[in-house]
Amino acid sequence: MILAENLTKDYGAFRAVNQVSFEVKPGDILGFLGPNGAGKSTTMKMLTGFLRPSSGKAFISGKNVGTNAKAAKSQLGYLPETGPLYPEMTVHEFLSFTAEMRGLAQVQKSSSVDKAIETCHLHGVVYQTLDTLSKGYRQRVGLAQAILHNPPCLILDEPTDGLDPNQKDEVRKLISGMAQDKAIILSTHILEEVSAMCNRVIIIDRGVVKVDATPQELLKKHPRFNELTVNGEEDSLKSFETAIQGVEWIQKVSRPTKRKLVLSPTKGQNIQAKVLGISSEKGIALDSIELARPRLEDVFRSMTQKNAA
Amino acid sequence: MIMNGISAIFRREFFGYFRTPVAYVFMAAFILAAVGLPWFVGRFFDANQASLQVFFTFLPWVYLFLIPAVGMRLWAEEMRSGTWEILFTSPISPSEAVIGKFLAAWAFIGINLALTLTVPATVFFLGSPDLGPMFSGYLGAILTASAFLSICSLASSLTRNQVIAFVVSVIICLVLVLLGFGPFNSLLENLEVPAEFVGLISSLSVTYHFDLMSSGLISLGSLCFFGAVTFLCLSLNILILER
Repeated sequence: MILAENLTKDYGAFRAVNQVSFEVKPGDILGFLGPNGAGKSTTMKMLTGFLRPSSGKAFISGKNVGTNAKAAKSQLGYLPETGPLYPEMTVHEFLSFTAEMRGLAQVQKSSSVDKAIETCHLHGVVYQTLDTLSKGYRQRVGLAQAILHNPPCLILDEPTDGLDPNQKDEVRKLISGMAQDKAIILSTHILEEVSAMCNRVIIIDRGVVKVDATPQELLKKHPRFNELTVNGEEDSLKSFETAIQGVEWIQKVSRPTKRKLVLSPTKGQNIQAKVLGISSEKGIALDSIELARPRLEDVFRSMTQKNAA
Repeated sequence: MIMNGISAIFRREFFGYFRTPVAYVFMAAFILAAVGLPWFVGRFFDANQASLQVFFTFLPWVYLFLIPAVGMRLWAEEMRSGTWEILFTSPISPSEAVIGKFLAAWAFIGINLALTLTVPATVFFLGSPDLGPMFSGYLGAILTASAFLSICSLASSLTRNQVIAFVVSVIICLVLVLLGFGPFNSLLENLEVPAEFVGLISSLSVTYHFDLMSSGLISLGSLCFFGAVTFLCLSLNILILER
């Protein structure tokens, strides 16, 4: 379990992170979203104990990161943002070193290094030095060191950054596969990633949590959520418009073109069945109806641009 | 657990020197300077003495540039490349990391110093030197290295720029050498600075204590001096990393 309690970080007069609180339970993958400079990395670094918060507390598996750092850190795997690695070490040397730092005993060490190599598909490069690896491999080595000691909590700062689509897919599968018994936080810019992997989303903007919801709930916040476009002949649409006049489940009707009618539902409910019902009941022929497919991108933009100066 | 942390850091750091050509270049430079300077500039043989006095006179000056070259990267490099994020999000305390890194660099200097044992071997071959001053001189040499290295480690933790770390280290070490440097002390005396005060300043220098040890005198004061400088700098280093 990862717990943030009113985490705040000030850099001089600038407040980078302001009273951020949330909890991530085992089995959860939390997507941490926000524009660049919103305070994502700062928050994550406070959770890992790398940065000391100006105020507030962080707990990893119930252990206070500030006062019980060693115990807390031993329960944690962390992938830093730019995937920093020691360039002169080989993959195997580097993973053995991180295993030693986490205090794994000799027997445990080699088996967990082997397992991490297998999980992250690093067989081909085990004895290559880190500075000769491609970005995709480097990212996977970073991930391997984070999961090496099988920690119950994982914090991953942009795990798919800089990877090609195949590698992205692979890393996503890797993370999803580990999710059952771990509490995972990952930050990303890529919203499709959130829909694909996360069961919870936090949007942070200028240091403040704007949204804490499931991806589905987030979509509902979209102004065009479940909006319906009805296409048909001009006459049919006219009679259809009369037929739906005054129904309480339609909030607003607009007519962008002669052969198109746009219906905004009340409270974001799905009105497809009701619309089809009316058209068959009244015998009005419609060509087609289309449900709007709002994208997370649009929600994200409307959330983070609303208060922009 | 604490020993695990220190030993993991120590091994990574120590063998890290030998993973790149840096170690070999450095060793070559060290031997060339530490042995070559007394040989050619110090006219080692003209002294016609079966002792290491000339060798030890040059050693602090060799240290002055070469130890900052080892120490400058200790922390600056970790900060620049971001690898310290991995270090300090592992269950390792700053004190373990500082001590592990310091010991690794110290051991590396120790190896370099061991390579200069050809000089005492030569003296043994040519004459019958007094063993005591040789031993105490080498002890002084390794302690001076520890004091210098702790200064470099501290300077390196203050910046992510290795050049700045190098220059700052050289300047602080230079001050510690000059405070006990003969010509500087005579200058102070000529300026009518009280003799006790000059003595005090001089006793705060590396040169003063190292000279004592290389002439065969191991005093508690000298041991405390080197120990205190190392302890103070490494403690500050830890404090800075704990932020």
